[in-house]
Amino acid sequence: MKLYTAKSENVSGKPVVLDDTILTKDMPTAAGSKMLDGYMSLFDAEIISKLKDAGFGICGKANVGEMAIDLLGETSYYGECTDESGKLVGASAEIVKNGEAVAAISMDVCGSSARAAAMSGLVYIKPTYGTVSRFGTIPAACSGECVAVSAKTASECREVLSAIAGHDDKDGTSLPEDKCALLKADAPRSEIKKIAIAKALVDSASDEVKALIESFKANADGVEFAPIDANELTYAQAAWNILMSAEVCNNVSKYDGVKYGYRAAEFSNIDELYTNSRTEAFGYLLKSTILFGSETLSEDNYMKVYDKALRVRRVIVEYFDKLFADFDAVLMPVSSKTAYTKADTDANTYIAYDESIYTAPASITGLPRAVVGGVQLVGKAFSENSLLDLATKVRKEGK
Amino acid sequence: MKYETVIGLEVHVEMATESKIFCSCSAKFGGEQNDHVCPACCGMPGMLPIVNKHVVDLGMTAGMMLNCDINRTTTFDKKSYYYPDLPNAYQTTQWFAPVCVNGTVDIKTSKGEKKVRIKQIHMEEDAGKLVHDDWTDSTLVDFNRTSVPLIEIVSQPDLSSAEEVIAYLERLRSLLRFAKVSDCRWEQGSMRCDVNLSVRPEGSDVLGVRTEMKNMNSLSAIERAIEYETARHIDAIENGTEVLVQETRRWDDIKGKSYAMRTKETAGDYRYFPDPNVMPVVIDDEWYNRIKETLPDLPEVKAQKFIELGLTEYDADQLIQSRALCDVFEAAYKTSGLAKESANWIITDCMTILNKKQMTADMLSISGKALGELIKLVAEEKVNRGNAKRILAVMFDEDINPQEYAEKNGLIVSNDTGKLEEVVKAVCAADPKSVEDYKNGKEKVFMALFGQCMKQLQGNCNPQALKEALLKELQ
Ligand SMILES: [Zn+2]
Repeated sequence: MKLYTAKSENVSGKPVVLDDTILTKDMPTAAGSKMLDGYMSLFDAEIISKLKDAGFGICGKANVGEMAIDLLGETSYYGECTDESGKLVGASAEIVKNGEAVAAISMDVCGSSARAAAMSGLVYIKPTYGTVSRFGTIPAACSGECVAVSAKTASECREVLSAIAGHDDKDGTSLPEDKCALLKADAPRSEIKKIAIAKALVDSASDEVKALIESFKANADGVEFAPIDANELTYAQAAWNILMSAEVCNNVSKYDGVKYGYRAAEFSNIDELYTNSRTEAFGYLLKSTILFGSETLSEDNYMKVYDKALRVRRVIVEYFDKLFADFDAVLMPVSSKTAYTKADTDANTYIAYDESIYTAPASITGLPRAVVGGVQLVGKAFSENSLLDLATKVRKEGK
Repeated sequence: MKYETVIGLEVHVEMATESKIFCSCSAKFGGEQNDHVCPACCGMPGMLPIVNKHVVDLGMTAGMMLNCDINRTTTFDKKSYYYPDLPNAYQTTQWFAPVCVNGTVDIKTSKGEKKVRIKQIHMEEDAGKLVHDDWTDSTLVDFNRTSVPLIEIVSQPDLSSAEEVIAYLERLRSLLRFAKVSDCRWEQGSMRCDVNLSVRPEGSDVLGVRTEMKNMNSLSAIERAIEYETARHIDAIENGTEVLVQETRRWDDIKGKSYAMRTKETAGDYRYFPDPNVMPVVIDDEWYNRIKETLPDLPEVKAQKFIELGLTEYDADQLIQSRALCDVFEAAYKTSGLAKESANWIITDCMTILNKKQMTADMLSISGKALGELIKLVAEEKVNRGNAKRILAVMFDEDINPQEYAEKNGLIVSNDTGKLEEVVKAVCAADPKSVEDYKNGKEKVFMALFGQCMKQLQGNCNPQALKEALLKELQ
């Protein structure tokens, strides 16, 4: 089991661990792929200087699944991570749980790091799309992926998020500073008073997960809960899997063995160089995703599949808009079970595609998600502080 | 049977921007291999594209010059294919909402005037270049040209002969150079053309089988290729020499033949989709009007205005060969009020200096206002023509004020009659023999004495005043 893919010896400041999808000049970044094994970036991610300015130090890079699109890191070239009971865990989440870092920073592409936070009992926040710069992160599914933070407490999550949020001219999707400022620890916020429970998603989860939902409700003093059908939210899964796989297919096509990264030893022409390098260096789930994504973008399928997925994205956005007229947030599971083993991912290689039914609604809309007590809250855009306030309340932090 | 050729063109033009389309690397032609590259334009992960606004300015300018409608919300899309000179394995281009649509270009040929319809103009990034290294027998990649901004101008199939195609391309080149969208140099690859061609019986409204010749880079090659391809199609239709198929062909200008390319090189499902990292570019009224206002007159409109100022048709035609010449002329005329003089200085004197420096007319970058001032100094007889030419030469290298420069370097014509008389007296005293000869009726020596005076004065005098002073002295 390999938690770290690189470790920094002299850390000045409060230690933060980065997932292996965040580029750093002084440590290799591989995104869990043999293709990028040993890859040294020429530049740091934008968030690195922001963390350092706020008094944090980078203690190392944590093992992730290839391009961070799997369930819980099981597709990493460096091997999966499990706890003593054999349960799959996220490497950076475990590093935080062990107390070696105050927070972990990850790329939330398909909810892998959100699930990891739940498995390790951490508080997690994926902020509103465009509030934290993606400059210097290894791209997978750019239209939805976000830099996310997990920590043992809501207040530590808030402290790190407050440090990294902000406009960046180097990221064309970065929102204006006045919007990003809403994520600062001292920004004005409203209290979450009324929460919708997404019945369609809760019903499909295991009894243990249902118990976590009940426990969350029991600890959220003074909050009103109301069940809603939320069938619409289940459409997000297929739509996100389509958009995500198309973007991943396109984003990893630059890894062709020509410029950097893995190059096959045997080839006799350029086509073989491409084919052999990619065949030897990509893992099974990523290869499947490439093929799936490639199909959805083909001339024959674009309108039938990809364009339709874009329309579904719009439908889900509008659904949330309507919902947020009556509710402050939506409660739903972040996974169907409270524990997974290697046997689960071996038996179903595409388990991450299935589990995205819980994570796709926030991924596809760019809305913030918090994970606390092993369940997920999806909030209004820029409601990070409100979500973390509620997490503080539910966890009885500071009492 | 009589046949007609149906031709549509896709013209690629590299835009004259300082930097590349999505990063801040230089877009200048040349440089050492891989000198103008950064992590973004050589395909390293983690860089995000930021649209260079000047590229959109020039895209809109091109569209307005070609009477297009401008899409007020224009988007960028990814076109995927694998090739080593394409570092991201996708080209960012405009597929769904190109910046310009529905334009026209007017052309003139021996058969008269014609309007060629433009389907669209889209902005995109160029690819790099593969270089074969004989020493190691390997292929290397030069990324200097990757992400250099291009526009692709797609015409409707409205052209029907090589002559029309040449007229269309020359007109495009003139308009785009005039609007400073591109320098349009075929020899540097900043203008390239794909020719789509088919042949059908005259009068038929059914299109024949279409073939495409890619990356044509000279007018003469395009002309020959069209003639060859037309003949090949007619031969196939009439004599059944071969079965025509829709395909991409490569023109070999040395052999004078076109060849079918391997299907692998041409078969393409490019998997276009919107680039999620590039937000739609919204062109508001303020932006649209700013570009509209800076649009130059069409060259022939400008020529007409020049003729109305008193220039000959020939001079006006010389000036409109380059926007730089027009700009300098207009500023020089505005300052001096002398049209004919301004034109002469540019067409004759400036061009001589440019030729000597092996520069083209487009590279004329002297201040037109300063040239106007210089012309005024000559007209007012404050500086003589010879010295003015010397000052002009300095203006090519330095940003000078002609009057100040002339004063500082003693190039101002002296109106000081005292000084004139002094020099005349000195010259006559130094050459009593010539004075004697003159007085004895040898009038020829007058010019010699005049020349000596002029030399002493370094030419800085009014010749008429000098003549009078010398005559007076010799009386
Ligand atoms: Zn660059």
